[in-house]
Amino acid sequence: MLELRHIAKRLPSGFSLEIDCQVSSGGITVLFGPSGAGKSLTLDCIAGFVQPDSGRILLNDEILYDSGAGIHKPPQQRHCGYVFQNYALFPHLTLRENLDFAAPGQTTAIQQMLDRFRLTSVAKHRPHELSGGQKQRGSIARALLTSPRLLLLDEPARGLDHELRTDLYEVLRQVRREFATPIILVTHDLDECFELADAMIVMRAGRIVQTGTPEQVLAQPASAEVARLLGCYNVFQAEVAALDPARDYSRLRAGDEYLEGRFVPNCFRGDHLWIGVRTDAVRAVPRNGASRAPGQAAAILEHAVTLPSGTRLEFAGGFRADGVAMHAAEATQIREWLLEFPPDSIVVLR
Amino acid sequence: MDLFPLWLSLRVAAFSTLFAAAAGIWLAYLLANKEFPGKDLLDAAVTLPLVLPPTVLGYYLLVLIGRNSAFGRVWEAITGEPLVFSAKAAVIAAFIHSAPLLIKSARAAFESVDHSYERAARTLGASEWRLFWRVTMPLARRQIIAAAVLAFARALGDFGVTIMIAGNIPGRTQTLSVAIYDAVEGGDGQTARVLVLIVSAIGLASVFAVNRLTPKPVS
Repeated sequence: MLELRHIAKRLPSGFSLEIDCQVSSGGITVLFGPSGAGKSLTLDCIAGFVQPDSGRILLNDEILYDSGAGIHKPPQQRHCGYVFQNYALFPHLTLRENLDFAAPGQTTAIQQMLDRFRLTSVAKHRPHELSGGQKQRGSIARALLTSPRLLLLDEPARGLDHELRTDLYEVLRQVRREFATPIILVTHDLDECFELADAMIVMRAGRIVQTGTPEQVLAQPASAEVARLLGCYNVFQAEVAALDPARDYSRLRAGDEYLEGRFVPNCFRGDHLWIGVRTDAVRAVPRNGASRAPGQAAAILEHAVTLPSGTRLEFAGGFRADGVAMHAAEATQIREWLLEFPPDSIVVLR
Repeated sequence: MDLFPLWLSLRVAAFSTLFAAAAGIWLAYLLANKEFPGKDLLDAAVTLPLVLPPTVLGYYLLVLIGRNSAFGRVWEAITGEPLVFSAKAAVIAAFIHSAPLLIKSARAAFESVDHSYERAARTLGASEWRLFWRVTMPLARRQIIAAAVLAFARALGDFGVTIMIAGNIPGRTQTLSVAIYDAVEGGDGQTARVLVLIVSAIGLASVFAVNRLTPKPVS
């Protein structure tokens, strides 16, 4: 298990990292957050490239860093494999020599790793002669040859096309299946979290804002800022207009519109709340002069775009509806829409 | 025509480049990769010979290694002959003249190595020694050789510092640059022309080699 206890690091730019968390000793944990959240800096602190200002880092109960005791083990003594964004295969060495660098003289282990990651045919090639996928696998194979206690990957899928991305996910699943090495992976891609993560740590501005499985985080974001980070929620403020625990019912006023949702515990009439509604749960229908039914909100369409998953409609006031079954060209002909928010899709954000 | 100045200059430049490389590459690596107190001061001290007039450098060296200096006296007591106004002094002059260039160029070479390679090597358990010889040096090799070639060419052309501490003793300390000066002063145009052409040819070949060795920027 990896423990980051009250880790603090202030950079000359003024950015400060303050984190406290535990990573279990199995599976893939994803550090998720926007650019500048401190994800890569966290990884660098774990690997030993950057020395925190204070705190403690323990890996399987061994101290890697302890500001109080003045311990800062160099990367060589941490046994953390690291896969860099550019793979960092040494360009002057062949793939086999790269692997030999990690495990000098262990020809059997190297050959097994080459076989396992389908690299035997290109073992004599230099990195510039390898395809993107081969470089990926080579870099992961090289890191695994040192039998690391933890494998760190810094945005490994950044800038990859769909095919390479799919290959990478398959390789990482293979690593999860065949090796006992826990993995920490940095990404700002929510889809990647769902593809790979057993656990997810959401970071923003140098702080951890939520932890859980991707499903848990998506179903109940811890705050309005997490919901915004996920990028698939309409986030807005609403006032509690009515509450009825017996009917598991609440009525919420957002501006001039009223929404109907499930009962909100620990709230009173008149309380102001942050509300999140999944963009793919919003039901958008052309108004066609119809009057609003209870629970419906009127909205003016500003922009429509057709995506592979369906059409995305963007309305005045920042509302968004995803996965609408209508082509964008047709949708843009309609100005006024009615939006429905199914009660189950309304999430109260604390 | 006496080719001793050419022979001496080649030997002096070769030895000074060797010494500059031996000391300078480590210093350049230190300046490029490590943080330590006084780093800026050391960097300034290394750069100083590039901006000081050769006569000033020569004066400092005379104070440091002249016959009346502590070092000069110890040297003379051990070897039986003074250090100044010898071929060895010419090597020291060439070293002082060329080492800063080598250190600056080598530092740039080390700084141009993508740090992710060095970081990767560390996570793979490589010691700093192994990392230097197996990763950093091979990746910076071409630019380091270019730096040495540049230092060699500069050492070959030193005049000011050499004449201050090695003098102009034909057949003993007279280097190419000094011989050209001597030939021009003595009205020997033929010798001056030949030596000038030789120095120019070596300089041109060096710059050509440096350009070939330095990686082209990727557009």
